[in-house]
Amino acid sequence: MNEKLRLRFEKTGRAIYISHLDLMQTMQRAFSRAGYALKYSEGYNPHPQISIALPLSVGAASCCELMDFRLAQEAELSDMPARLSAVLPEGICVLEAYEAQRKCAEIKWLQIEGRFDYDERDGAAMCEALRSFYSREQIVITKKTKRGMGETDIRPAIQSLVFRATEDGVGLSGRISAQEPTLNPELLAEALRQLTPEIAPDFAAFTRVETYDAAGEIFR
Amino acid sequence: MKQTIKDGEFSFMDKKLERILPRVQKPARYTGGEYNQIIKDKREVELRVAFCFPDTYEIGMSNLGMSILYHTMNSLDYVWCERVFAPWGDMYEEMKKADIPLYALESGDPTSDFDVLAFSIGYEMAYTTVLDMLDMSGLPIRSSERESLLPLVVAGGTAAVNAEPMAPFVDLFFVGEGEELDNELLALLRVAKREGWTKRAFLRQAAQIGGVYVPSLYDIRYHEDGTLAAIEPLEGAPARVVKRIVEDLDASPFPTNPIVPSTEVVHDRVSLELFRGCVRGCRFCQAGYVYRPIRAKKPETLIRQGIETLKNTGYQDVTLLSLSTSDYRPLERLCDGLLAYCEERSIGLSLPSLRADNFSIELMERLQKVRKSGLTFAVEGGSQRLRDAINKNVTEEDLLNTCRIAFAGGWNSVKLYYMLGLPTETDEDIVGIAEMANQVLHCWRQHAKNKNRGVKITISTSCFIPKPHSPFQWEAQISVEEYLRRVNLLRSSITAKNVTYNWHDAETSLIEAVLSRGDRRIADAIELVWRRGGRLEAWSDYFTVERWMQAFADTGVDPYFYTLRERPVDEILPWDMIDVGVRKAHLVREREKCYASELSPDCRRQCMACGATKLLKERGCDE
Repeated sequence: MNEKLRLRFEKTGRAIYISHLDLMQTMQRAFSRAGYALKYSEGYNPHPQISIALPLSVGAASCCELMDFRLAQEAELSDMPARLSAVLPEGICVLEAYEAQRKCAEIKWLQIEGRFDYDERDGAAMCEALRSFYSREQIVITKKTKRGMGETDIRPAIQSLVFRATEDGVGLSGRISAQEPTLNPELLAEALRQLTPEIAPDFAAFTRVETYDAAGEIFR
Repeated sequence: MKQTIKDGEFSFMDKKLERILPRVQKPARYTGGEYNQIIKDKREVELRVAFCFPDTYEIGMSNLGMSILYHTMNSLDYVWCERVFAPWGDMYEEMKKADIPLYALESGDPTSDFDVLAFSIGYEMAYTTVLDMLDMSGLPIRSSERESLLPLVVAGGTAAVNAEPMAPFVDLFFVGEGEELDNELLALLRVAKREGWTKRAFLRQAAQIGGVYVPSLYDIRYHEDGTLAAIEPLEGAPARVVKRIVEDLDASPFPTNPIVPSTEVVHDRVSLELFRGCVRGCRFCQAGYVYRPIRAKKPETLIRQGIETLKNTGYQDVTLLSLSTSDYRPLERLCDGLLAYCEERSIGLSLPSLRADNFSIELMERLQKVRKSGLTFAVEGGSQRLRDAINKNVTEEDLLNTCRIAFAGGWNSVKLYYMLGLPTETDEDIVGIAEMANQVLHCWRQHAKNKNRGVKITISTSCFIPKPHSPFQWEAQISVEEYLRRVNLLRSSITAKNVTYNWHDAETSLIEAVLSRGDRRIADAIELVWRRGGRLEAWSDYFTVERWMQAFADTGVDPYFYTLRERPVDEILPWDMIDVGVRKAHLVREREKCYASELSPDCRRQCMACGATKLLKERGCDE
């Protein structure tokens, strides 16, 4: 059995604080607990062949994480989600296991949900200002890059962004670029802090909800 | 077995915490939710225990004792025991700013809601962290100021063999092993809570349980010169609290479903405990005396528990724990059994604490098929005379023999550990350390399989700290200045460029020495250090000697009274109410033999009648 297999899983609740590297280790151990033997790479320092697409920032939740792996033995895929979920930490739940048909590089867009909390200010009144802010033609922010601090326009990475008033402030739904360029949704709040602090939220949290390809079709 | 908390019952993910977690380093240490955590319904238990480890998550989650007791306490259906660790500095600051109290990882509930705060104190440098965790729980740090029965503050661990420096802060101490003792105490507390006993009444009754030391039930009197005049038990408390042990380790509960951290910790692997106690009797070693008598687990038990734990955790490594791995008699059989399972699954097996005198290279070859890491030997003393004096039964021949085999087998890195300031040490002994390193280097030149890769010999020294309940408990510690003189002597004696020398700073050792053999009067200094910001002091990031020296000065404590003074053998020692099993007369005899440079045979060749067998009822020592 040498096909590339793929898991789709959720990472929510307390599990959002598990870092990407720790998640790889956690997944590897969960496979072992569930009785699956992962296929190891050859060579001097063999390691299991697993890779998680689009590393998620610590503190961000997701309902659509994808992990590619290979097994050393034949395994029934239909009960794999239940068997793995039973041995994963709280907040990680496997939704689906299947043979991977497409490369994760084909993921282009991410559908996200977000929460902007305003403590002292009226969130409902912010929606309009937020809409207008993200409608700008350019949103140039300063951020750390591999070559030190640099200026980036994040606007092209935002396909759509919708705001609604909620109990705690503002809820948002949007579609942002997943790769080339990658937009960390945290930068949506960072842009406000840098450019229009008066409408910047006191706290922002995000959840990935779906992956899409360049044509706007759901990616699996 | 996966347990999760239902939405709405979990107070942890409160808004304040949600905001600070993204800002701190490694937030997964503060959230719980790991696989195999134990979740109960708090409305259905009678006692909630906050098991507090006065150090970081990474250290505490690596502690096998904590893992065992977490499970034994949770085996009681009326108890829910949860874990609490000390936050690192950044999280600590954020919690203070956001007014978040210390909380337990499983439920997220503040520790002030719990019935018991149970501390595991393994080392003196954790003392200020204990105070800090009490304070972060919103509790007064002094036992006398916590008037109600609950929450009860208890502590166990190696520090309990001299509990005196922490006596004013902790309601009661567990002396010895907790597997049975902890649950006996909880059973009594359950009754006391139901019937509404006063704290005093409870403590009086608890003191009747073997192994429970209630400091407030002992009156300590002093002579004018500061030495102890009397230790008087009050209200029926026993004159001596006898250490508790678990007699049959094979029958004793061992969790084969430990919590698997979701973030990296120090010892991220399956730990199997081979035996408790040690047959060697090195005279400087507290652990070698306070964990007696010897009780080994059967290899069949260990193999079964090891395999079960590997299956339940998914770990890729197993390690064998004990004070001296190679003294485990069925070691080969155990390794064979474990390797039969591990090898085909690429699971690594590691053996720390091997001795230079009975090191098996064949075994090492089997274990380290892939990587040849360095070899580490605790030689302790630089000459045969000194090693005889401290009863460290390692000869230069043993060491060189082992090195020869190891170098021929492809190893090229050796670490040698020594202590400076051991009783009877002379300058000659110190120069001997450098000479021994040269011998090792010479051995490598003669026997190395591949000289192109070079060799690395590392010498490390630390400053000897006399410890309670060891034959050196009466000894003086050398001064910081003297330690540095000896360090410099050794430095100038080392000439080979392949030999690296690292030395631990002496100032930490000085403070540890005060805390280790201190009495109740130093508690004020501990409190003052904490009030001035001392916490997590086992980390050099947070330790400063000046703060301690200032606190000693401000509370009228002379640290050198505890360190530089040799204590007469007939002086009452602060820990004399604690009976770890070994008779004082045995310690005295061992100390005398040190001055005569006379060896004592290991327990297996000849029983020296140390007294620890009195703790056994159903079997003999090392059976």
